Amino acid sequence: MNILLAILVLGSIAAIFGALLGFASVHFKVDADPIVDQLDALLPQTQCGQCGYPGCKPYAQAVADGEAINKCAPGGEDTIKKIADLMGVEVQPIDDSHVQGDASKSNRPKVAFIIEEDCIGCTKCIQACPVDAIIGAAKQMHTIIIDECTGCDLCVAPCPVDCIEMRELPDTIHNWQWDLTSIPVKQLD
Amino acid sequence: MVESVIQRITRGHFWDFHGGIHPPEQKFFTSNKPIKQLVLPKQLIIPLQQHIGREGDLLVSIGEHVLKGQALTLSTNPMVVPIHAPTSGTINAIKMSVIAHPSGLSQLCIFLDVDGEDTWRKRDVCPDLEKLSNHEIIEKIADAGIAGMGGAGFPTHIKVNRKPEIKFLIINGAECEPYITADDLLMMEQSVAIADGIKILDRLLTPTIILIAIEDNKPKAIKALQQATAAIEKIKVCIVPTKYPTGGEKQLIQILTGQEVTSGRLPIHDGIIMQNVATCFAINEAVRHDTPLIRRVVTVTGQALNKPQNVWALLGTPVNFLLEQCGVQDIENEKQPVIMGGPMMGFSVFSELVPIVKTSNCILVPSKIEMPSAFEKENKEVECIRCGQCSDVCPSQLLPQELQWSAKAKDYSQLEKLNLSDCIDCGACAYVCPSQIPLVHYYRIAKAEIREQQQLDLKAEKAKVRFEARKLRLEKEKVARQEKHKKAAAARKAAMNKATPEATGAKSAVAAALARVKAKKASQGQDQTNTPVTQADLATETVDDQKSQVAAAIARAKAKKKLKEEAAQKPLSSNETVDKVVEEKAASTEQVSPDDKKAKIAAAIAKAKAKKLSKSAEASDIEKTTENTSTEKTVNLDDKKAKIAAAIAKAKAKKLGKSAEASDIEKTTENTSAEKTINSDDKKAKIAAAIAKAKARKKLKEASMIEQNDQDSV
Repeated sequence: MNILLAILVLGSIAAIFGALLGFASVHFKVDADPIVDQLDALLPQTQCGQCGYPGCKPYAQAVADGEAINKCAPGGEDTIKKIADLMGVEVQPIDDSHVQGDASKSNRPKVAFIIEEDCIGCTKCIQACPVDAIIGAAKQMHTIIIDECTGCDLCVAPCPVDCIEMRELPDTIHNWQWDLTSIPVKQLD
Repeated sequence: MVESVIQRITRGHFWDFHGGIHPPEQKFFTSNKPIKQLVLPKQLIIPLQQHIGREGDLLVSIGEHVLKGQALTLSTNPMVVPIHAPTSGTINAIKMSVIAHPSGLSQLCIFLDVDGEDTWRKRDVCPDLEKLSNHEIIEKIADAGIAGMGGAGFPTHIKVNRKPEIKFLIINGAECEPYITADDLLMMEQSVAIADGIKILDRLLTPTIILIAIEDNKPKAIKALQQATAAIEKIKVCIVPTKYPTGGEKQLIQILTGQEVTSGRLPIHDGIIMQNVATCFAINEAVRHDTPLIRRVVTVTGQALNKPQNVWALLGTPVNFLLEQCGVQDIENEKQPVIMGGPMMGFSVFSELVPIVKTSNCILVPSKIEMPSAFEKENKEVECIRCGQCSDVCPSQLLPQELQWSAKAKDYSQLEKLNLSDCIDCGACAYVCPSQIPLVHYYRIAKAEIREQQQLDLKAEKAKVRFEARKLRLEKEKVARQEKHKKAAAARKAAMNKATPEATGAKSAVAAALARVKAKKASQGQDQTNTPVTQADLATETVDDQKSQVAAAIARAKAKKKLKEEAAQKPLSSNETVDKVVEEKAASTEQVSPDDKKAKIAAAIAKAKAKKLSKSAEASDIEKTTENTSTEKTVNLDDKKAKIAAAIAKAKAKKLGKSAEASDIEKTTENTSAEKTINSDDKKAKIAAAIAKAKARKKLKEASMIEQNDQDSV
């Protein structure tokens, strides 16, 4: 009798909690995978596709699904470090095939620049731009909205007349940083 | 609360802020000499942007003559402050030039060649301010291009725009930097004008009380202002103890009111507005005398100068002109540092052509004994010994050594936790540091990097939004396109089903096409039925005949191949090679021709048929072909062989015709037939014709190839 009672009590408790968990899993369901959004927030949003995915969000999704974390060239080591922290994996050096240009060259931010006299107005770059930073129309000269350009250089390859080049943003007093050359600052070991 | 503050102030009791330092007083160099009026320099370099915000739109062009006080830029935005011609002259150039900025970077400047006349533009002096509305006064301030002259350069017209419930208007005359006396001298000499400026501010802002804060090391200035403002009950001159950095906005507020402006808040949120005394003077000049901000008092000081003193410098005056006027001892010495701003917060200028701007209050030219650190290229930084003196003197109550470590480690999140943004760059920590660590420089680098990171984050966010928007748009366009196609298809169907005359016409056309296809099929069937019969006949043929036919076929194939190869190798189809091929071909066909006459006949018929076939797109042609085949059936054995040949030729023609256009079929069939012609003369003529055609075609192809290439490259 006692055993039956115990089974009954424990069984009913199990049933109650089962029902509660079932209810919670349906009603408090988390729709999006938050890790993807977190990863997406870490990526530089250049939408350049250098990682082999058509944008930052797809790459974030891929990383969440176990893709290598070292494919984001524009983000560089900082981004890899952050992703490694978030995903709890080892920091990896950036993938050789995804290194942007010559590593010895300066890594100042670049934006695309259309040499306007050479532009034939083919609109191919407009179709390639992931952030709609190029304005122009068929047979009309195109130009780049510098403030919107992410420097992904996706527009360079499609240009049939090679009139797009990547130029470094000039140093102005607005983006200038106190650097170690103008003020002697010594790093102590 | 305001009452108790006022009571305290009237008793002369003030609060204190945390930390602060007492650097050796160096004001005696210049404080006892009147402000000197300088001769006009030969050229002025006027930067388009001299304040926080953005530069205005240019109103003048190179070669234009401008009058004193004439606006050079136009303000199109509240954050834009216009600039004015400090004297009359001609615009010589508008180009990039080094400006008063620690980076030593260039910015767009107007180069004004001074004509020496100093002719004013027409001025609209306003003796009675009562006639002006507040809005008009603010407009005058904005048009005069006044930006905070204490150092930050915030547009004044934004600051004086009426705000609700201003409790304190604080006039900052503390001037705590150890060398600078510009405000001190201005207060001594222009106390009435400053008082008038304060009255204008009083009218605009209607504060409960106006406090003029002056450090106790400026007794003459205190006396002058007390006299000038004695008639006004609302204004209190507060004598605050000398300490650096009393002149800091938040520090001065704390001294006077005991209120601490918390991190991330602006004084305006607490009902407090602070203006520099020089700004008050400029406001009075602008509103009463219609004089825009074109000059300011600059302290030119330092032991390296013979005659250190305060000067009225036109904005845009190059630093080297000021130094010449004040007798710099060794101007050729390149190592001689020139510091713009005070010794605590100033920066070295990179070029002696750097112009004076609205925020420049001091040019310091120290001697080697006076400031040895400014002469050293290598700094003597050693390890932090954790003495904690820096946090003792920090006026913002931060932890400078912690900040320093985090700044070196580039740990920006930790820096934000340590409230780096509250650091006012006063340099007190670096001043007391026994290890000579240039702490402020580390903070400045870190601040700049944090700001850059914030901008990048903002940009990334924007890029993300744009990317998503674009994706959405492309998706929408795709759906719209599909929808359109569907609709168009539905419309076509509907049109077909309708009993309109066009629809019936279309129907009949379809029916006719179907009939033609059927007829074609029937003729093909007939051909097929003919084939076994002819094959049987072939078996009974003589060996000679067969051999000759095979030989002829091989020769033909060879000739064709060669022709093709030649054509492929030499796309330009030079006449020589073609001629060669023609000869070879002719030889081969001549070898064959005497052997079998029947084959020749067959070829001739085949030619005719192939020609017809090429036109077989029309149903009538098909009929004719079928007729032909039927008549052929009735001919004798020789004819049968010819039929086989014809069938083969037809098949060939069809094959070719499938891949090429109708006109091409004609050519190819003629080519094949040409090989088969009997008469050698005729043959040659025909071959020549065929080659000509082939050439034409090749050229056509080439042309199209080039076109295609062109298109690809486009």
